[in-house]
Amino acid sequence: MEGWQPSALQLERQAYRRRRTQRSWLIALVSSAVVITLVVTVVRGSTGWPRTRDSFFDFGLGWDGVPDLLRALWINVQIMLITEALVLFLAAGIAILRTLRGPVFFPLRFLAGLYVDVFRGLPLLVVLYLVGYGLPALRLQGMPTSTFVLAIIALTLTYTAYVAEVFRAGIESVHPSQSGSARALGLSYAQSMRYVVFPQAVRRVLPPLLNDFVSLQKDTSLASVLGVIEMVLTAENQASQSGKFVHYVMAGLIFLILTVPLTRFTDWLARRQGWVNAGGVIT
Amino acid sequence: MSEVLRVSGLRKSYGHNVVLDGLDLTAGEHECIALIGASGSGKSTLLRCIDLLEVVDDGVVELDGRDITDPRVDGDEVRTHIGIVFQAFNLFPHLRVIDNITLAPRKVHGVPKEKAEVEALALLERVGLREKASARPDELSGGQQQRVAIARALANKPRLMLFDEVTSALDPELVGEVLMLIRELKHDGMTMLLATHEMGFARDVADKVCFLDGGRVLEDGPPEQVLGDPREPRTRQFLRRIIDAGRL
Repeated sequence: MEGWQPSALQLERQAYRRRRTQRSWLIALVSSAVVITLVVTVVRGSTGWPRTRDSFFDFGLGWDGVPDLLRALWINVQIMLITEALVLFLAAGIAILRTLRGPVFFPLRFLAGLYVDVFRGLPLLVVLYLVGYGLPALRLQGMPTSTFVLAIIALTLTYTAYVAEVFRAGIESVHPSQSGSARALGLSYAQSMRYVVFPQAVRRVLPPLLNDFVSLQKDTSLASVLGVIEMVLTAENQASQSGKFVHYVMAGLIFLILTVPLTRFTDWLARRQGWVNAGGVIT
Repeated sequence: MSEVLRVSGLRKSYGHNVVLDGLDLTAGEHECIALIGASGSGKSTLLRCIDLLEVVDDGVVELDGRDITDPRVDGDEVRTHIGIVFQAFNLFPHLRVIDNITLAPRKVHGVPKEKAEVEALALLERVGLREKASARPDELSGGQQQRVAIARALANKPRLMLFDEVTSALDPELVGEVLMLIRELKHDGMTMLLATHEMGFARDVADKVCFLDGGRVLEDGPPEQVLGDPREPRTRQFLRRIIDAGRL
């Protein structure tokens, strides 16, 4: 708008909004100060505080263990990246199997459904025990015995079931008129899935998908129950030597440094309407 | 005039709701047929049955003399000879305008990317949207989206075009640009069936108007006769309601 000057009325409104904002900031500041003071006073005044501080917050001791923790973290990261790649690939396949129509595909559809139901319902810990201890006990030829590999297999089995359901929800959320008009153009079922439905589904489920990957990031620590020397098991060893819990706190903080950015990224992605809507406007 | 489409004894029901009840219809080469009738009279269902998007209960649809309702016929192949445009456009929101148009030629007919894009740009030129080739569907107005949808259907070089109330979802000032395009297609000799509520347009562009009622073609003939001096009381009643609504 060229030559537009806000009217006196509008200027007065803006001044009012500014005053309100300043006031809100002031209130937030004062209330935060009060709450923090209260919490600090109560915690430090309580009888257990010196022992708690000694056991949980001896950061000098904790810091000494960090290099070992970070070295062990590399194992978690490897487990995470390999599992994610496997899960993405397998889950997309399972999800598409479950949407196939026609009697020929009944057995595949049924098996895919059974798999998802079972592995979504089983606690990850049970799967880890079954795969990690059960499979090697069979002494089958070619069966991997590395606990690292077995942990990846167990995590992949469980997370593929979750992610397959995420993909399936996405596929089913794409309006039937989309595959309808793809078929009307002469595309086959497989082509309309490949070029029209699946790309839209993936865009839509990206936030819940990343959500599952945040979970996976944390659950890599469960590989420790099979004896994989990853970060949490390393912290456990440090803790049993020093008798302090600060090592767990450090391991926890390192996980937070990893997961919080990913969760924030997920939120940001979900809010970025233009992108999400690229698969979301039903016309 | 050779026959492009012949529909005989077509029947389609959803549960107990019989939508098409032994419907007969023919379309000659270069002919433009307007389908009119109340909501639920089966106009859309007829078009969807012709495009094999619905499985018919009984009856025959012939395209250039070939029975396409035969279950042994490859529906995907048949659909490439028939273009359909929907009321709700149904563009693919994740693809650019030009990719919407080239998808079927490239993936179904195996046309190389460069050639498909040259042809798509020519089609966009024809619908007056060449400069929108790289736009996303949601950046276009409703009228523009519908013109892209028409270009997309034309990319298969269809024998027959089906228009399913293509202006019903448009703002009044955008209806004209789409109707203009359909008029040009008619002028170029495209054989087409159009389900429409635009009686003025039907009178203007159609060679024949069919009034659908009770799952059949109750009355058909030249537009002046069906719209101006209908024989059947039901047709008269329908047209009176349209006139009362100010649509004719």
